[in-house]
Amino acid sequence: METKAFQRIYTQLTGITKATVTLKAQGIANEELALVHGRLAQVVKIIGDSVTLQIFSGTEGIPTNAEVIFYGEPPKLKVSDDLAGRFFDAYGNPLFGATEIEGDPREIGGPSVNPLRRKQPSELIATGIAGIDLNNTLVTGQKIPFFADPDQPYNQVMAMVALRAQADKIILGGMGLSNDDFLFFKNVFENAGALDRIVCFVNTTEQPPVERLLVPDMALTAAEYFATTKNEKVLVLLTDMTLYADALSIVSNRMDQIPSKDSMPGSLYSDLAKIYEKAVQLPDGGSITIIAVTTLSGGDITHAIPDNTGYITEGQLFLRTDSDTGKVIVDPFRSLSRLKQQVIGKKTREDHPQVMNAAVRLYADAANAKTKLENGFDLTEYDERALKFAHDYSEKLLAIDVNIDTNVMLDTAWELFAKYFSKTEVAIKNELVQKYWPN
Amino acid sequence: MKTTGTVTGIVSNLVIVEINGPVAQNEICYINLSGVNLMAEVIKVIGKLAYVQVFESTRGLKVGMPVEFQGHMLEVMLGPGLLSKNYDGLQHDLAKMKGIFLQRGDYTDALDYDSEWEFTPLVEAGAQVTAADWLGEVPENWVNHKIMVPFVMTDKYTIKSVASKGTYKITDTIAVLTNSKGEEFNVTMVQKWPVKKAITAYREKPRPFKIMETGVRVIDTLNPIAEGGTGFIPGPFGCGKTVLQHALAKQADADMIIMAACGERANEVVEIFAEFPYLEDPRTGRKLMERTTIICNTSNMPVAAREASVYTAMTIGEYYRSMGLKVLLLADSTSRWAQALREMSNRLEELPGPDAFPMDLSAIIANFYARAGFVYLNNGSTGSVTFIGTVSPAGGNLKEPVTESTKKAARCFYALSQQRADSKRYPAIDPMDSYSKYLEYPEIQEFLNKNISAEWHDQVMKTKNIIQRGKEASEQINILGDDGVPLEYHDRYWKSEILDFVVLQQDAFDKIDCNTPLKRQRYMLGKVMDICDTSFKFDSFEQCSTYYKRIINVLKQMNYSDFQSEEFNNYEKELNTILNERKA
Repeated sequence: METKAFQRIYTQLTGITKATVTLKAQGIANEELALVHGRLAQVVKIIGDSVTLQIFSGTEGIPTNAEVIFYGEPPKLKVSDDLAGRFFDAYGNPLFGATEIEGDPREIGGPSVNPLRRKQPSELIATGIAGIDLNNTLVTGQKIPFFADPDQPYNQVMAMVALRAQADKIILGGMGLSNDDFLFFKNVFENAGALDRIVCFVNTTEQPPVERLLVPDMALTAAEYFATTKNEKVLVLLTDMTLYADALSIVSNRMDQIPSKDSMPGSLYSDLAKIYEKAVQLPDGGSITIIAVTTLSGGDITHAIPDNTGYITEGQLFLRTDSDTGKVIVDPFRSLSRLKQQVIGKKTREDHPQVMNAAVRLYADAANAKTKLENGFDLTEYDERALKFAHDYSEKLLAIDVNIDTNVMLDTAWELFAKYFSKTEVAIKNELVQKYWPN
Repeated sequence: MKTTGTVTGIVSNLVIVEINGPVAQNEICYINLSGVNLMAEVIKVIGKLAYVQVFESTRGLKVGMPVEFQGHMLEVMLGPGLLSKNYDGLQHDLAKMKGIFLQRGDYTDALDYDSEWEFTPLVEAGAQVTAADWLGEVPENWVNHKIMVPFVMTDKYTIKSVASKGTYKITDTIAVLTNSKGEEFNVTMVQKWPVKKAITAYREKPRPFKIMETGVRVIDTLNPIAEGGTGFIPGPFGCGKTVLQHALAKQADADMIIMAACGERANEVVEIFAEFPYLEDPRTGRKLMERTTIICNTSNMPVAAREASVYTAMTIGEYYRSMGLKVLLLADSTSRWAQALREMSNRLEELPGPDAFPMDLSAIIANFYARAGFVYLNNGSTGSVTFIGTVSPAGGNLKEPVTESTKKAARCFYALSQQRADSKRYPAIDPMDSYSKYLEYPEIQEFLNKNISAEWHDQVMKTKNIIQRGKEASEQINILGDDGVPLEYHDRYWKSEILDFVVLQQDAFDKIDCNTPLKRQRYMLGKVMDICDTSFKFDSFEQCSTYYKRIINVLKQMNYSDFQSEEFNNYEKELNTILNERKA
């Protein structure tokens, strides 16, 4: 964005905090951009002629006589097919010394889709991971986060899901991504020969936290371009949304807002919903699917960030290390895909819903048996069988390194049922048992 | 002359306006942003400054932009054509909006001015009438939509003339009324009403005395909701709140369903848009959409309009109640509404109450729930608004302000339990924590015993007792071990498990099991209670659990079969054979 001749330049700041500056100015529009001392800033509050700006990269070293230039427009991203295969910073500037792209400038964080114009998500996304495809099937137009502790391999799993998902475009929004993880994503996409399908917007840990606030909107504006103009299936990866929410709380704190639960701003729910609700199945075939990461602290999902997220997203995927098999599994109890009902048993085999539920119920019996064992009680013969089933189920189906087709997953489940249980113990509708019970 | 003003400050969607004349609290105004009108509501006035909450994004708004006040509060249009519509929180018709994306200031009409309605008068010239009296009716889908004396006309009037049977548009005059002073008033088919005021143009609001059938066993059998009653469903995310609400919307015995999607997921509303036009109402054979109106303010739509959406829904409900209909209003989720109140209170820099919610949260919630109810209309017929709201407690903790305030206001409490959801025992309504205060009403008890079976109320109490005792037994077994308790504990535990699997649990995705009529509920509960009353002989606890699992399996197959079909009867025979094996 260049300085235009008619723009007015101000040089007298009346206030500076860690994240904002205030000055006297007139004719300023809410949410418009400005350059303060060479740094990008956005109008967040206007009272009379007193204008408050949020400086994305922080206010360190900004003097009271800093030069302030208003752009007269909100943040925009130039969109065109040239976005594909490119890496950008949080402002949409190309990384690695690449040239600026040409395109139609679009406001980021634009309006939402009329709910009546949406289509019901109904197209299955196959990942080959049974913990997802069998128990928590994903659908285009869905929004779902991984809930994971920081030590779990969520970025690896996400990259794997992204590459297997057969999306037309994969858009990565990295917030507070460590440089190592950023290079990991870059390498994985390069090695898979998928670079022409990738667009990245990245804010790494080396960069100022408030800049992160732009990343999801940038990524989703690019996604909307491909989904609405090109009718493409777009998959958006957002990692890590917890760090995004932390940036929100920093800004609201600097603006003297009263914090609500866990020091988060009272508007956290709406702020997160504005991002996640961009996931959509459009009438002309295009779609935006969002897979995000919300890191937890010690598995605590009652914290305001995962809690609000859970109410917004269509389910959540929990990663956990299974102590029996030593493998990382998708936890069948706490994970959920709300949209799976749209596809399971309809786009997949008829026995899918009942097999899924029966397996989880039997796995729960094993968990009870384990508790008994830990408390020093004798196990019944049924308990023993349930424990053996749980081990196999975890190894052959739940582990994230499994990569098989959904029908194979269902057959595997039936085999395990038959191996360890009687038909009445499995308690599935008779007509299905007759058809699928292995002899 | 309308009051006007200019923008002098902007903090997100709170805008400060300098005014040149009188304004009222909650008055509506339009802010002109370069030709686009943004709707806003006055929420505070200090001297010459009015603080307004804008129902839209304020991006691009500048100091000095003109504002025009409208002289009225937020109102809805009431008239024929509301059914089957999909509105946003401010009653703008979503279907009439252009393009895929919602554009600011695209305010569409709630009703169709060109549509024509077949009017039949119900009164004659010379009759005495007052607010909410029926003047005539028009067929709307399958409802006889009553055209009433507008609710604001609370005086006594004499009918000077009434339109003859024929076809009219909603703005045509269908009656002329005169008051005692001889002033004349033209009445059309459409009237306006401010959403935040309750419509009270009825004769009497008694205690509810009937139950409303929902087809959900754990509600109807254990904790029934009354027609005109109030209930709420709190639960952590992922416990099946939405599935349960959709089940109620599909199956409840109501003439009209209003769904207020308040700050929730857009895809959930899309599910209703996609399914309801095709699903059949089992009672009338009509499509479900014909009896449904959707008020939709999804979580990414403007926050201030979210607050308005529940009031819009309630006002439409009260309007149809005045026609003598049974209305069921479902709001998902009232917590989002409370959060909208919190965001505004925060921007106004009010001193915060618990969890930063406004201090009067409890009063606001109680006031809203009080608008539901069963009423006798002026002409003696009855109508009702039954209200069920969901609450999304932060962190699943029921000791938070919205849940606690709602608990004081609502009469039925359907607690969704994480534990039940984790073990896939759906619907995850906790049988012990949940309650229905209506079960304590003598008039409801009498209704149940008269309409279901003579001993019904006692049987329900006994059922609850068995579940409670089963739970205690299960705790003992967990503490002392399978061998450490008498065999009788296992027997008691497994009897409660039968109730759990066969009565409490219900498969919302199975086309037969999803909806159980009361008659079938009575039959199956009787069946299960007979088993609970029978003593069986066992040698070991393993024998006990294996045996009861067989019983549960057959009973579940019965639930999946058409009631009293051949398949059903065969399973019942099989059950009887199993029962005879071990009868003591």
